[in-house]
Amino acid sequence: MVALAAEKQDRNLLSRIAAGDGHGENSSYFDGWKAYEENPFHPIERPDGVIQMGLAENQLCGDLMRKWVLEHPEASICTAEGVNHFSDIAIFQDYHGLPEFRQAVAKFMEKTRNNRVKFDPDRIVMSGGATGAHETVAFCLANPGDGFLVPTPYYPGFDRDLRWRTGVNLVPVTCQSSNGFKITVEALEAAYQSARESNIPVKGLLITNPSNPLGTTLDRECLKSLVNFTNDKGIHLIADEIYAATTFGQSEFISVAEVIEDIPDCNRDLIHIVYSLSKDMGLPGLRVGIVYSYNNRVVNIARKMSSFGLVSSQTQHLIAKMLSDEDFVDEFIRESKLRLAARHAELTTGLDGLGIGWLKAEAGLFLWMDLRNLLKTATFDSETELWRVIVHKVKLNVSPGGSFHCHEPGWFRVCFANMDHKTMETALERIRVFTRQLEQENLNRTKPMAATKKKKCWQSSLRLSFNDTRRFEDGFFSPHSPVPPSPLVRAQT
Amino acid sequence: MKQLSTKVTSNAHGQDSSYFLGWEEYEKNPYDETKNPNGIIQMGLAENQLCFDLIETWLAKNPDAAGLKKDGQSIFKELALFQDYHGLPEFKKALAEFMEEIRGNRVTFDPTKIVLAAGSTSANETLMFCLAEPGDAFLLPTPYYPGFDRDLKWRTGAEIVPIHCSSSNGFQITESALQQAYQQAQKLDLKVKGVLVTNPSNPLGTMLTKRELNLLVDFITSKNIHLISDEIYSGTVFGFEQFVSVMDVLKDKKLENSEVSKRVHVVYSLSKDLGLPGFRVGAIYSNDEMVVSAATKMSSFGLVSSQTQYLLSALLSDKKFTGTYLNENQKRLKIRQKQLVSGLEAAGVTCLKSNAGLFCWVDMRHLLDTNTFEAELELWKKIVYEVKLNISPGSSCHCTEPGWFRVCFANMSEETLDLAMKRLKEYVESTDSSRMISKSSHERIRSLRKRTVSNWVFRVSWTDRVPDER
Repeated sequence: MVALAAEKQDRNLLSRIAAGDGHGENSSYFDGWKAYEENPFHPIERPDGVIQMGLAENQLCGDLMRKWVLEHPEASICTAEGVNHFSDIAIFQDYHGLPEFRQAVAKFMEKTRNNRVKFDPDRIVMSGGATGAHETVAFCLANPGDGFLVPTPYYPGFDRDLRWRTGVNLVPVTCQSSNGFKITVEALEAAYQSARESNIPVKGLLITNPSNPLGTTLDRECLKSLVNFTNDKGIHLIADEIYAATTFGQSEFISVAEVIEDIPDCNRDLIHIVYSLSKDMGLPGLRVGIVYSYNNRVVNIARKMSSFGLVSSQTQHLIAKMLSDEDFVDEFIRESKLRLAARHAELTTGLDGLGIGWLKAEAGLFLWMDLRNLLKTATFDSETELWRVIVHKVKLNVSPGGSFHCHEPGWFRVCFANMDHKTMETALERIRVFTRQLEQENLNRTKPMAATKKKKCWQSSLRLSFNDTRRFEDGFFSPHSPVPPSPLVRAQT
Repeated sequence: MKQLSTKVTSNAHGQDSSYFLGWEEYEKNPYDETKNPNGIIQMGLAENQLCFDLIETWLAKNPDAAGLKKDGQSIFKELALFQDYHGLPEFKKALAEFMEEIRGNRVTFDPTKIVLAAGSTSANETLMFCLAEPGDAFLLPTPYYPGFDRDLKWRTGAEIVPIHCSSSNGFQITESALQQAYQQAQKLDLKVKGVLVTNPSNPLGTMLTKRELNLLVDFITSKNIHLISDEIYSGTVFGFEQFVSVMDVLKDKKLENSEVSKRVHVVYSLSKDLGLPGFRVGAIYSNDEMVVSAATKMSSFGLVSSQTQYLLSALLSDKKFTGTYLNENQKRLKIRQKQLVSGLEAAGVTCLKSNAGLFCWVDMRHLLDTNTFEAELELWKKIVYEVKLNISPGSSCHCTEPGWFRVCFANMSEETLDLAMKRLKEYVESTDSSRMISKSSHERIRSLRKRTVSNWVFRVSWTDRVPDER
């Protein structure tokens, strides 16, 4: 009792923001991460460990990156080749950022949109990753109590990034599997009305294109309709384009920047882009987030707010050099797409062979897998049960659709770009074994067995005991914690 | 402008002030020894540029750290993926030990209680989000760093209520000033959540005395509120006295594991002590688990770049380097400060006796036409336009007495500082010595009364270009 009273007293000394759950990390979905942390897969040391398929990281071209860094010591301000820049860069804290950094990032953004549109370096504002960028945009465009429309399913981190310290609401725009989760104007209108009925002034629409978790891209018509919808309503359109360069195969990425060129009377003051190098370049640790706004006032204020999350000047210098190397950038983007396509094909071929469905998509670092036919009932409880089996028995940490606010149970996001080929093979093998076991279960059920109780599809041999109710506070989304598999941390323990 | 938030449409970021003039003028006409010898000398920038050679020498001797390698192997890939908001363990360990070293190893810092942030700008804002609701207040002794108006209040909605300090006792914090500030907050219907002090002080360059620190700890104990001690200049102490941290006082009072210790938080950064403001390395140290937990999650909005963490963990783990650096840093700061003080004296100008920081708190009251802030602004404009020195007027730091200016000394060469002092001397000599107006205490009181509480949120001297300057 004393401990509880002390904790209550403690909570009173903190703000509601700090004492509450707005960070979103108390969700029971962290059980997946916990299982992984306790028993992370390693091909030699822990071959029965949990394979991490819940981490949307692009690890496929790390070798190219490392090679470039080794071959370009002048990009560092610490090596003999670059140290003459050390003091100038070390004192550089101007929130405009290094001009060469902004120019290089603008050029990179153009390349990843196939040079069909130009980006103005003076509109590039730094932030602490896309995480920081989203929060900054929310602070700029909305007051506490206002709302943003967000199509479901969406990245769970938005609940923290857009709402936690800003007091802004997220209003879901329901997308259905019946049309491939496309965003319809009807759904937008319904969400807009629903917000109004709840007395939530809608300030904008946030889209992620390419989509996390779907991996799909928006086509030109759809983007146009979104621009028109938001323009008509006089609300903002925020396009999170952090997966822009992860398109592969036939898929083409069309940026909102391109679409507004075809809408002559578009009110550009309402158009904003969030970008980052975390996914396209696989550099989440360097914390390079970008707010790109067509609204001068927003650029100005977001830039002042960037003081709270500037990019390290050491990193700006490195990135400026790296992204100015056009040959390297072209090669990197090309190779990245090829490797993503190959890994995606490996996963989807494997799933096809097992009769497991997935949403057709050619972008992102993940697949939207359809396991609806494995659900006991079409409920989220059933989804959670299935998920726990996948995590604890099949030993794959995948992300259940419910955590992305998906309207329909049974969908799972499966990441494929954060592991090597062998690990992918192992994961597929485990899925194969799992589905075979299910088939066997089904076969057994159809045999006449007088006294046997009718067993549910997957539960018999795979029953779990859910004794462990400990909560896991650490990150389910980026930036997150902890990352024991990183040799940087392991070396300490 | 209903389409944008009130944070955008208001001017609470504090950067639209008329004091912006000085920075603007500097940008238009920056001094350069060869290219622009008649330009404006920047003395408003609290940067430590005196010891880069020591770091550069270390880099040359440590190719692994410099090349993002471990045992000769590149770990760039691993660093590129490392975004754990708990930070690199070896970096936090090295940072904790560095903080201990600065405090003479008299107190210990537990690395697990450190939360990394993107500079102390972010650290201070994060602490506000954790400790205050919109409308709650923190008490701050004046004069204080103008950036606090943005960092503590802008997006958090918190308020600052000043603790008035005066030159009569060297701007020290008194019990009556503390109580007065607390009561003032209550009169304004503001719930006081804590006190925030900068120690060593910006802009004063002085350290809080043990008496003041004890007073503060007693005060927050009795009021059951927080104490934030911004100690970002702790490594710039160059006098004979040791730096006394609030952590020392907690230890002396045997309060280390007490309830009160959970309400004492330290903010640190490597921007001033190591002269690395571009790297954006800030930290919050708290004994309160819940604060550490919440602040850690909030640090997602401004993590420290992994390559920077790696470089600095190697640098700060080298105890030979840190010992030599801290020593040499102090020596050079002392010499440079002395150069400024003598230069000022030659111009008939005194400053507050100080032994820390990257600046001096200069007394130019005798140069004012009248004992008013209008006169201070007039004098400041003359110094910027005619003397061509960009210094910071005391009112931008919320000083209650006109005539004080902050003058930085660690961001320029000896020769440039020499030149600056020559210019000042010439200016003072050229003006009429009868400018020394005797100020009756009556006049002083009258001008002080003019400053009602609502006036204490002054517009600050910010430029659009260098907002993080302290």
